[in-house]
Amino acid sequence: MTGYDFPLAGARLTAFGSGALWWAEHRLLCVSDLHLGKSERHARRGGSALPPYETQDTLTRLAELVASLQPQTVVCLGDSFDDDAASQALPDAEKSQLTALMQNRHWIWITGNHDPAPAGLGGEQMPALHLAPLTFRHIAAPLAKAEISGHYHPKARLRSTSRPCFLLDRSRLILPAFGTYTGGLRSSDPVLSSLMAADALAILTGPQALAIPMPR
Amino acid sequence: MSELPKAIESWFSARGWSIHPHQRAMLARAGAPCTLLIAPTGGGKTMAGFLPTLAELTNGPHDGLHTLYISPLKALAADIKRNLRTPVEEIGLPIRIDDRTGDTPASRKRRQRADPPHILLTTPESLALLTSYEDAARTFKGLKRVVVDEIHALAESKRGDRLMLALARLQTLCPDLRRVGLSATVDDPQAIASYLACHPDPCDIVLADPGPAPDIRMLETREAPPWAGGGAAYAIPAVMEQIRAHRTTLIFHNTRAQAEIFFHNLWLANEGALPIGIHHGALDRVQRERVEGAMVRGELRAVVCTGSLDLGIDWGDVDLVIQIGAPKNVKRLVQRIGRANHRYNAPSKALLVPANRFEVVECHAALEAVREHDLDGDPREPGPRDVLCQHILIAACAGPFDADDLYAEMTRAGAYAALSRAAFDACLDFCATGGYALKAYDQWQRLLQRPDGTWQLRDPRAASRIRMNLGTIQDADLIKVRLKRSRGGKPLGEVEEAFAATLTRGDTFLIGGQTVRYEGLREMTVEVTRNPGRKPKIAVFSGTKFATSTQLSARILKMFNEDSWPSLPRHTAEWLELQREVSELPRAGHLLIESFPQEAREHICIYGFAGRNAQQTLGLLLTKRMEELGLDPLGFVSTDYATLIWGLQEVTDPAPLFDPKALRDGLEGWLAGNAVMKRAFRGAATIAGLIERNTPGARKNGRQATFSSDILYDTLRKYDPSHLLLDITREEALRGLVDFGRIEEMLERTRGRITLRRLQRISPLAAPLLLEVGKVPVKGAAEEKLLQQEAAALMQQSGLDKLLQ
Repeated sequence: MTGYDFPLAGARLTAFGSGALWWAEHRLLCVSDLHLGKSERHARRGGSALPPYETQDTLTRLAELVASLQPQTVVCLGDSFDDDAASQALPDAEKSQLTALMQNRHWIWITGNHDPAPAGLGGEQMPALHLAPLTFRHIAAPLAKAEISGHYHPKARLRSTSRPCFLLDRSRLILPAFGTYTGGLRSSDPVLSSLMAADALAILTGPQALAIPMPR
Repeated sequence: MSELPKAIESWFSARGWSIHPHQRAMLARAGAPCTLLIAPTGGGKTMAGFLPTLAELTNGPHDGLHTLYISPLKALAADIKRNLRTPVEEIGLPIRIDDRTGDTPASRKRRQRADPPHILLTTPESLALLTSYEDAARTFKGLKRVVVDEIHALAESKRGDRLMLALARLQTLCPDLRRVGLSATVDDPQAIASYLACHPDPCDIVLADPGPAPDIRMLETREAPPWAGGGAAYAIPAVMEQIRAHRTTLIFHNTRAQAEIFFHNLWLANEGALPIGIHHGALDRVQRERVEGAMVRGELRAVVCTGSLDLGIDWGDVDLVIQIGAPKNVKRLVQRIGRANHRYNAPSKALLVPANRFEVVECHAALEAVREHDLDGDPREPGPRDVLCQHILIAACAGPFDADDLYAEMTRAGAYAALSRAAFDACLDFCATGGYALKAYDQWQRLLQRPDGTWQLRDPRAASRIRMNLGTIQDADLIKVRLKRSRGGKPLGEVEEAFAATLTRGDTFLIGGQTVRYEGLREMTVEVTRNPGRKPKIAVFSGTKFATSTQLSARILKMFNEDSWPSLPRHTAEWLELQREVSELPRAGHLLIESFPQEAREHICIYGFAGRNAQQTLGLLLTKRMEELGLDPLGFVSTDYATLIWGLQEVTDPAPLFDPKALRDGLEGWLAGNAVMKRAFRGAATIAGLIERNTPGARKNGRQATFSSDILYDTLRKYDPSHLLLDITREEALRGLVDFGRIEEMLERTRGRITLRRLQRISPLAAPLLLEVGKVPVKGAAEEKLLQQEAAALMQQSGLDKLLQ
């Protein structure tokens, strides 16, 4: 699997077209914003709206990555479940698929704003992971250094094609959402452009990870 | 019953009116179980349908509903109510008449169910709703006659299929029900008669005198039409002259966007400030009603309109019909022309205005076809199964049903006469469980079988949700446009959601003839402010795109192969001559392909003459084949006549692209990710009740619906490829939007006789395609190559490529 290689605070990282991040030195795979159970939450809150297949789709894509990379550690960077109830209401088939993925590896749930405490699935939970020189947390802290975060679901345009993307500057990396049903925030949004340095890159997901100057 | 009661007869003669022979014929057959009347527009068709009802109600009292009148348009129902009330009130007949449409207030609707009028005027949708209530049997008690107006129009869509299922239901409730269909001139009356009949009973056909031939011509303009596009702005001064020279002119357009733009331009040229209105289906009801009212009172000199005025509304003194843009279909043209001169036995007068050079040829072909009474028509397909699913759900809303009885009832509708029990059972199973892949999910478990074997709704509360989602018109999703005010301003109409999604604050567009400025989206309503004087960003909300009919396409090819074209305007004849000189003209029985470089891209132009939808599909299939063959296609654009594809490589051997088997395989494979297919699926899934667009909370926004239907579609393809709805989608696609049938017909017609002309530059015939809107990008290898090139260039230009490594 090829991806876009880049350094962050001395760590050699790879951004994949699938939206996942790979830190080869630690065999660490990081994905953000899975939003498992989104349709279930919608149904619970009164809209019958979305059919319940996105969880399966997200997990299948994650399983493919795990199978090919055989990571030692998997970091889910927050908003892994659409809310707490969604993590409890995960159908049995999906639950066992997830448990199989977690077997024999270190699995870390970073807590997000949607899922303060994903429960009963094993793995470790923590608000942030420090693994020198990097810090993994859900929402970027404005003054942080060497930080990996998610939350914003950034996307960017090239040749009138809009794709989910990573945002990268010397201080931080923001991951795109890995979940199937997730919208996005354009890189030109003031929130993102004020967070990212002037020379930031957007790394577009797709058949190949493509780096461009971050559109503002 | 063959005599008209004295009171009615004398009311007619007092007005100097006489009863037409076909109206007498309808009276004479008043007792027949089923009659189809075919009469030209303006022939007093609707009155012919109602005379037996008026006679019966005059001759004796009747308790409850006597006659149900169904029209495809709300406006038509309202119009007929006005027209019927006049004689009823003036003669003093004891007859109560009321209408019931989506616009009728709920309180009146409730009253109608409890205490129905003698004559109820309604639409197929409102009728379906009425039959879904538990008290349907009481509402329809005593019903004697049902009159289906403009049945030729209903028979062309799923609305008609559902109506016929509803009539089958009514026939069970009221076994003596007599059916009457009223139709404009059609190519195959027998097909409509079998469609209307209670199968297997016969249906008589009454043919009225077709009246004198219409006076129909092309509008002469000083300026030549442009090469491409559909606006016909060049013809504005000539159209203005015609409006001044006539009492009332109807100006028909094929799409709403074109009507809006034309109306805008017409106003700018309206120096005499003549009263001119606009009318189309996306305008707000209040606005439409105002125009309709002014029209009836004879206050308007012209109305710019779309198909929403196609059907038999009596618009008073229309003495000229102008058709802007090629008519695409001869039958529809003839029906539109009939709108002029509503007096029987006077020729109607019409002008055709081609919007571009190609349409000059098409208009000529259409004129020829009208003169030769050569109407186009396709054989009727069996009734669609998504409508069947909806009808099963409607039946369940009304109360428990027995599957054997329901099957027997449905097969009495002509379109479903050949429905197999297995096909019916598959639909029933889908309604009950959602189908194999969806069995595990509660929301699609709708029916359950009771111990006595009958079926009922699993959750009785589901009835109101099912009722909310009735309806088979699945055009693009429309959202409301309102003027911005603190508490919600005046509604102006609707635009397609896809169009609204492209707007950013400050953009201007046309609606209802005024330029407005987009302010934002609030609770699924587009908020705008008035913005006079600014040149609008063009409104692209499109309305239906009709494809040029097979018959008309064949006529165009025939015209191309004449030695010269003395009857065509000079500008068009010269254009065709030039094409013959530098390349060749497409011929029947051959497939012409031109290949040429243009602006650093390779192009091929395929003159398939298969109609817009099929040419669009051909573009999708060919670019997919080209992708597989490494020809790096980048995009394509289609018209009714040709498809133009551009990419990075030159095509030197077209034969492998047109291998019918490869194309058919391509179709199957391509169906996977295709947007057109997904749209067809969305339509079928909504009709069959798999997706709910309306929920008790609020209407689901179209993008949400698209989103979830796309995922459902992918899921079913993956886990349950033989799911009923995929089967329905495939079937629809082959004839509807995808129209693969016409591609096969084209391949059959040309049988591998392909001519590839390599040209140094673009040909006269291909050039207009470059100007067409609606270009479709191909997201494949070529696109990835260009994205990579562009990304690399951007990184290099910015110097960032060195910085972060």
